[in-house]
Amino acid sequence: MNIVLVGQPNCGKSTIFNEVAGYRSISANFPGATIQYTKSQINVNGSVCDLVDLPGIYSLSSFDEAERVSQQYLINEKVDVVVNVMDASLLGRSMELTLQLLDLKIPMVLCLNMIDEAEKKGIFIDTDKLAKTLGIPVVTTVASRGKGINDLFRKVIGTGKEKTTGIIQKNSKDVEQVIEKLAAAIDKSLDDSLPFVGRLLSIKLLENDPFFVSYLEQSHPELTTVIETYQKQLSKTHGRPSDAVINGERHALCLSIFEETATLGKPKIDMRKQVDKVLMHNIWGYFFLLLFLYLFFNAIFRFGAMVEAPFIKIVESSVEHMDVMFGTGSVWSMVAGAVINGFGGGLGIMLPYLVPFLFGLAVLEDIGYLPRVAFLMDAFMHKIGLHGKAIIPAVIGYGCNVPAIMAARIVESPRDRFIASVVAAMVPCAARMTIIMGLVGFYLGGTAAMFIYLANIIVISITGRVLSRMLPEVSPGMLLEIPQYQVPRISSLLQKTWLRLKEFIFIAWPLLIAGSVILGLVEYIHLTVPVNKLLSPVTWILGLPESTGITLIFGVFKKELSMMMLFQAVGTRDLLSVMTLGQILTFTVFVVFYVPCVATIGALYKTVGSKRMALIVLFTFILALAIGFATRALGWLIW
Amino acid sequence: MTVLADAQKNVTCVVADILGGVGVRRRLNQMGIHVGDTVVVRRSGIMGGPLLVEIHGSEVAIGRGMARKIVVGGDDTSK
Repeated sequence: MNIVLVGQPNCGKSTIFNEVAGYRSISANFPGATIQYTKSQINVNGSVCDLVDLPGIYSLSSFDEAERVSQQYLINEKVDVVVNVMDASLLGRSMELTLQLLDLKIPMVLCLNMIDEAEKKGIFIDTDKLAKTLGIPVVTTVASRGKGINDLFRKVIGTGKEKTTGIIQKNSKDVEQVIEKLAAAIDKSLDDSLPFVGRLLSIKLLENDPFFVSYLEQSHPELTTVIETYQKQLSKTHGRPSDAVINGERHALCLSIFEETATLGKPKIDMRKQVDKVLMHNIWGYFFLLLFLYLFFNAIFRFGAMVEAPFIKIVESSVEHMDVMFGTGSVWSMVAGAVINGFGGGLGIMLPYLVPFLFGLAVLEDIGYLPRVAFLMDAFMHKIGLHGKAIIPAVIGYGCNVPAIMAARIVESPRDRFIASVVAAMVPCAARMTIIMGLVGFYLGGTAAMFIYLANIIVISITGRVLSRMLPEVSPGMLLEIPQYQVPRISSLLQKTWLRLKEFIFIAWPLLIAGSVILGLVEYIHLTVPVNKLLSPVTWILGLPESTGITLIFGVFKKELSMMMLFQAVGTRDLLSVMTLGQILTFTVFVVFYVPCVATIGALYKTVGSKRMALIVLFTFILALAIGFATRALGWLIW
Repeated sequence: MTVLADAQKNVTCVVADILGGVGVRRRLNQMGIHVGDTVVVRRSGIMGGPLLVEIHGSEVAIGRGMARKIVVGGDDTSK
């Protein structure tokens, strides 16, 4: 049985998914946390089912990426039961999607999630009445606390077996007539191969949905005039465009269902609203934003540095021990040393920064602070040609650029998406964070590390501004739901941190060790010298030791490798004996800014296409050289 | 009649019209904002920042540009 979770953004689909399938789908308290769908096998009372978590959609159309993914899945895949998850406190609005899902004629269960929130708001829903009106089972849940989930899936399995579809909700008579007439006109021309029902198609055509319109234009161009006739008929009788008529009708239907099934009581006084008086305040909001960022990075730095120092000593002495064991200069001492370097580096230099960082990011995400940041930053984002929503991919970018660039798809216009992707690729990810902390933070202090972040923000702002000047277009502006704060569950925070950490442990770390060994072998067969010679123009401009050249290549595969390889390339962990503070700073700055890693380049390719991807790669390389050179000059002035 | 961008804070108003094309209309509809709905501006960001608008019990941040496309009829408090 294939069960699919569908619902509006931030209604808790992923939370439900994770509750039954184990933590696999990143959930967060902001709209649009899921962009691609996640699938998993689950076991409900002995029967094995597939469970799919679709990206959140406001309606069943195809105007943006998330909508397209969800719409195409529902149309093309074999779906046995749709679980329509909704935020019960937004019953009226969420119902609009429900009505469209009913038109799919797939067995369905309605899940009123966050029922506790609804009751706090004074909304009491008569679930029996609602179930009767819609003709489908209605279940209430509080997914974040695991409440009602078992009951939900029992109903889901039952519905899947009975294959009962809901009651299609009819619009007012004249609109319904137009829908039926158009459906009949199309039905005559179309064969049975159509993966969706005539009524749904008819409604979507009247709404001017791009996918359905182009679908018919290609397969049945003769129908274009028929469609236009009915669109015009509808807009003539109602005095507004046909899409507005359909949406207006649907909205009215939802409101009447809401009025029939929900009673409004007195809302409880919500302390969380008071919090926003400070955190979204025009002055205090910014004060706290800066304070949070300062505390966040300071905590990571302090924790990481505390662990890093003793670790370096241990690794250093173990490598020396290998030399004694296998004999200095032998191939075995080299391999063993490289393995220890890679393993110890990951354990001692990467993890101590990565773990608190990812955990902190999860906290910020789950509490629901990010949409507030988007609100506060909107005016500033306009200065760089974007709007507030683009701050979300940027913030996610501090964790990893790959999901950040994926998240850039929540930004509507292609031009904004491009700029947001460039910005997301330039944000120093967790890997680069470990380099900043591990090199600059460790050798030059936390303040210097903060300065790199600051410089990065300035450079990104200038880049954004230049790009927006080059690509003038009126941005559609921000429209973002600001969800309620939620108290994050520790288990969910830990699982999310672990999900992201796994990426490092199972992919980056082995690569780190392999990279160390490869570099060791390259050194052993004396290949490093020609490679470094090849890269000497770069190291020359940056004023770095020529031996660091080869590490820059490794950084393209995985940013962390650059730092780890640096230790190995210069032959010691005591960097100060071979590099000046200025050189360490220049190296870090260059690595932070130059070419994004392979995975990020791949994500860019998917989001903005090959040409723009190549442009971004070239641009970041030149930019990094320029900034690296400037840092060198700065270092020369200071030391 | 005025636009939402110029509406007073904490005063209930009714959406009279949504200017602009199908894109703006569609996006506002998705957020639950339709002609005839009541909205309240709760907060406005500095330096031309967005408005925080209460609609059907939820809060939505709306950029100034978009808020200028929402025509609202005077306050609804008389009802």
